[in-house]
Amino acid sequence: MRRYLRVLTPLLIMVMAVMLSGCSGQYLVLDPKGPIGESQRDLIYISAILCAVILVPVLIMTAVIVWRYRENNKKVAYKPKWEHSTKLETLVWGVPTVIIIILAAFTIKYTYDLEPSKAIASEHEPVTIEVTSLDWKWLFTYPDEGIATVNYLKFPEGVPIRFHLTSDQAMNSFWIPQLGGQIYTMSGMAMTLYLQADEAGEYYGSGANFTGEDFSKMTFKADAVSNEDYNAWVQQVKSSSPELTMDGYHKLAEKGTSDEQSFSSFPKGLFQQIVMQYMNGSDMPMHHGNSESAGSDKDMGDMDMDGMDKDMDMGSSEHANH
Amino acid sequence: MFGTFFITGDPLILGAQVSIGLVSLAAIFIVTYFKKWKWLWTEWITTVDHKKIGIMYILAAILMLFRGGVDALLIRTQLALPHLEFLHAGHYNAIFTTHGVIMILFMAMPFMFGLFNIAVPLQIGARDVAYPYLNSLSFWLFFIGAMLFNISFVIGGSPDAGWLAYPPLSELSGSPGIGQNFYIWGIQISGIGSLASGINFVATILKMRAPGMKLMRMPMFTWSVLASSLTIMFAFPILTVTMAMLFLDRFLGAHFFTLDGGGNPMMYVNLIWMWGHPEVYIVILPAFGIFSDIVSTFAKKKLFGYKSMVFALMSISILSFFTWLHHFFTMGSGADVNAFFAITTMVIAIPTGVKVFNWLFTLYKGRINFSQPMLWTIAFIPCFVIGGMTGVMLAVAPADFQFHNSYFLIAHFHQVLIGGVVFGYFAGMYYWWPKMFGFKLDEKIGKWAFWFWNIGFYVCFMPQYALGLMGMTRRFNNYDTDLGWLPLNIVSTVGAFIMGLGFLFQIWQIVYSLRNHKKEKTGDAWDGRSLEWSIPSPAPMYNFARLPQVSSQDEWWEEKERRAAGVPVEPAQPLEPIHMPKNSGIPFIASIFWFIFGFGLVWDWLWMAIPGFIGIVVTLFARSFSFDTDYYIPVDEVRRSEEAALKGAK
Ligand code: HEM
Ligand SMILES: [Cu+2]
Ligand SMILES: [Cu+2]
Repeated sequence: MRRYLRVLTPLLIMVMAVMLSGCSGQYLVLDPKGPIGESQRDLIYISAILCAVILVPVLIMTAVIVWRYRENNKKVAYKPKWEHSTKLETLVWGVPTVIIIILAAFTIKYTYDLEPSKAIASEHEPVTIEVTSLDWKWLFTYPDEGIATVNYLKFPEGVPIRFHLTSDQAMNSFWIPQLGGQIYTMSGMAMTLYLQADEAGEYYGSGANFTGEDFSKMTFKADAVSNEDYNAWVQQVKSSSPELTMDGYHKLAEKGTSDEQSFSSFPKGLFQQIVMQYMNGSDMPMHHGNSESAGSDKDMGDMDMDGMDKDMDMGSSEHANH
Repeated sequence: MFGTFFITGDPLILGAQVSIGLVSLAAIFIVTYFKKWKWLWTEWITTVDHKKIGIMYILAAILMLFRGGVDALLIRTQLALPHLEFLHAGHYNAIFTTHGVIMILFMAMPFMFGLFNIAVPLQIGARDVAYPYLNSLSFWLFFIGAMLFNISFVIGGSPDAGWLAYPPLSELSGSPGIGQNFYIWGIQISGIGSLASGINFVATILKMRAPGMKLMRMPMFTWSVLASSLTIMFAFPILTVTMAMLFLDRFLGAHFFTLDGGGNPMMYVNLIWMWGHPEVYIVILPAFGIFSDIVSTFAKKKLFGYKSMVFALMSISILSFFTWLHHFFTMGSGADVNAFFAITTMVIAIPTGVKVFNWLFTLYKGRINFSQPMLWTIAFIPCFVIGGMTGVMLAVAPADFQFHNSYFLIAHFHQVLIGGVVFGYFAGMYYWWPKMFGFKLDEKIGKWAFWFWNIGFYVCFMPQYALGLMGMTRRFNNYDTDLGWLPLNIVSTVGAFIMGLGFLFQIWQIVYSLRNHKKEKTGDAWDGRSLEWSIPSPAPMYNFARLPQVSSQDEWWEEKERRAAGVPVEPAQPLEPIHMPKNSGIPFIASIFWFIFGFGLVWDWLWMAIPGFIGIVVTLFARSFSFDTDYYIPVDEVRRSEEAALKGAK
């Protein structure tokens, strides 16, 4: 049986190597196109290297020790009663502790830097897009432009995008790997996520948290284009697409899948209504992911929520203790 | 109502229905033909003997490994052929849900309890667990819970909201069908059994140790069982309460986890992970214990850093209660909270790493024998270390925003669960098999199984790390092949089937060894170190004719050294009658009532649930008022059985 294995193992490794090399360039997470994704990629590399500092020696030690002290190698020392060494014990507790402290320092720094609701520093005003996950499609509403799309996202490159996110029904997660990490969409809550694309391009986006039957159809295209193209597209949608009415929204929210769609307008305050409809039991909407630095007033100020700002603030402080 | 009772019109399910029917008929026929009903009842169903209960647990776990494994192969087949619609979305969702639940709750847990039962009383020199009757009840509650859950595949429909069933998807609004009720009651009933087992083993270890066995003289496996059982005692009540609340939401329209009415789905996510994270440590800690015992036995060396190991076990079990939020860093709890839980999670890696180093130092300057238990242990080390490292990467909260819900996460937890838990329990099974049955499992077939499992593992899961980085999220039954995910998915599926072959080899190994084996006569199959190897294999009903007197760690090893050095043996104490618990049919009958009760509630049939509940109460009373629960084995009988064992050994 050894013989078979000797043939089989290199073969499998070769097959895997071919497969892996054949697909490079599609490692979306490692090939980010925006500042958030880039920081996250850096952090992934840092943590991988720090882990490797322990991993590689352990793997080598395992191989060497297991081979060297095999039963029929009588040439090496045998110390059946050796069971303690203060030096070694200090080392095995100490080295991992040091590594973890270093990694923890990076983690803390990046956790604050990359807090999803923290605005991206930029000379441009952010573009706001509201995201609603429905069963089983994505609705994107553009409050500033007054247009809406389904399963299709377009925004200008080089400009921070401020996503406000919620869900009607099941909890999903909004993820565009090449721009940065995901955030949950939850009914009755408005989350905030800043992302930015530094290059024009069509990016893959998907729902990442399982929502039932046709969950796998919840992928979408995120199209980053130049400012002019973006404005032209907005005008085109305004002039040629149908309106999204409240009835239209209720139809859209029914369980089912959808192709890409666009709408020249949508009911004013639709996003806020979607968030608030779950709030009839408690009058306090919940708002997530506000770090102090972002400040929820500034954050929600332009959301036209008729005096809801105050509640939002309460929501975010309440959030700390759930 | 009966229209939806049996699922009809689906070839996969029809096949399952037919095969379940045929297998049941065959089993009934065989038992009747060989006139084994009485034997089955008196020797197994009513037994309170921890060794037999252990065997039944392991048998059930292997069955469930088969069921969960078939689920896995179906999932992988669909992902390798995404556009053939081999499984449509509804099926796919049900199958990955049942796969997860079965593997963790109905495979890993019973396998673990099986090994607890087999080894713990023997390792601490006890004649049984602290509460043998409760032990039997625990087994039957687990078993009936597992059956209730499994039956959903052919009756009523399987749950399909994911193995942790987040609301609102798992609420009536998201899952109006019956499946989610099977989920709740399958888990609820078996969970009560698990909680009882946890209490039982804590009591056993604290109260039943042989004279002289101080805590710091216990074998490392027993320590790990203590750590795991304590964790069960604190974690499982959370699960019970969470499931009860979800049930009330669905059954009575309570609003614990729905926003309308003031509840909050996020509360469920928090609660389920307050149980869920400790749960993964509940199943890995005993594997650590198994590896520790095996490493020192097969390297013929004392375990390196005993105190360090104990400290690591205990600190892991405490820390495991303070990391749950790492499963939802992306819920937007803010930087303070995320940073806190990222750090607590990373801290767990330290004691875990220390254990790995200590195993390596135990092997260092040893004489390593590569029998099957050791092979699995050696395979475990690199696999688990890689899995732990990717766990640390996931713990880096801002990076986890990119890993979460992706195949990177899937690869991580399978690496620690297969490479750690499954390999660990296999190692334990091979290690204690001679103690259970009096013979070893065939080495040669075992090596085939071992290599198929190991190669299959890496072929299956390494590509999944890559897929995660390529942006593939978990729980997709279908994807666009333009994304470049297809080749790696095919590789991964091939790996899964290779592991499947490994499993088949193990079944063959067991069947083959049952028929062709050499009796293991000494009772000390591996030249062991702890007390279980000081008595005959299989162990007599009463385990120890005389309770051992313990004076060190590795008591049996030192005893052998004393004997070899010619240290005079103390004259044996005279035998005394041995006090034993009597068999009881009540646990089995009670669990049947639990099934009736659970099945009634699943279907919302109170006419069925109420009699079931009355039955449960009646069996409780029946037990409380039965006083004839124990007996003595007379000295003559003990002497006869001991002499027979001695003769066998010569
Ligand atoms: C070094 C120790 C470990 C660390 C640092 C670690 C870290 C993590 C983290 C941060 C996650 C959440 C990732 C996410 O959802 O995005 C995770 C998920 C998971 N881990 Fe680990 N882990 C470790 C060991 C283990 C062990 C020993 C087991 C089981 C025996 C395990 C089983 C799991 C499971 C089952 C999940 C995810 C389940 C799900 O989402 O369905 N982990 N781990
Ligand atoms: Cu919240
Ligand atoms: Cu966890």
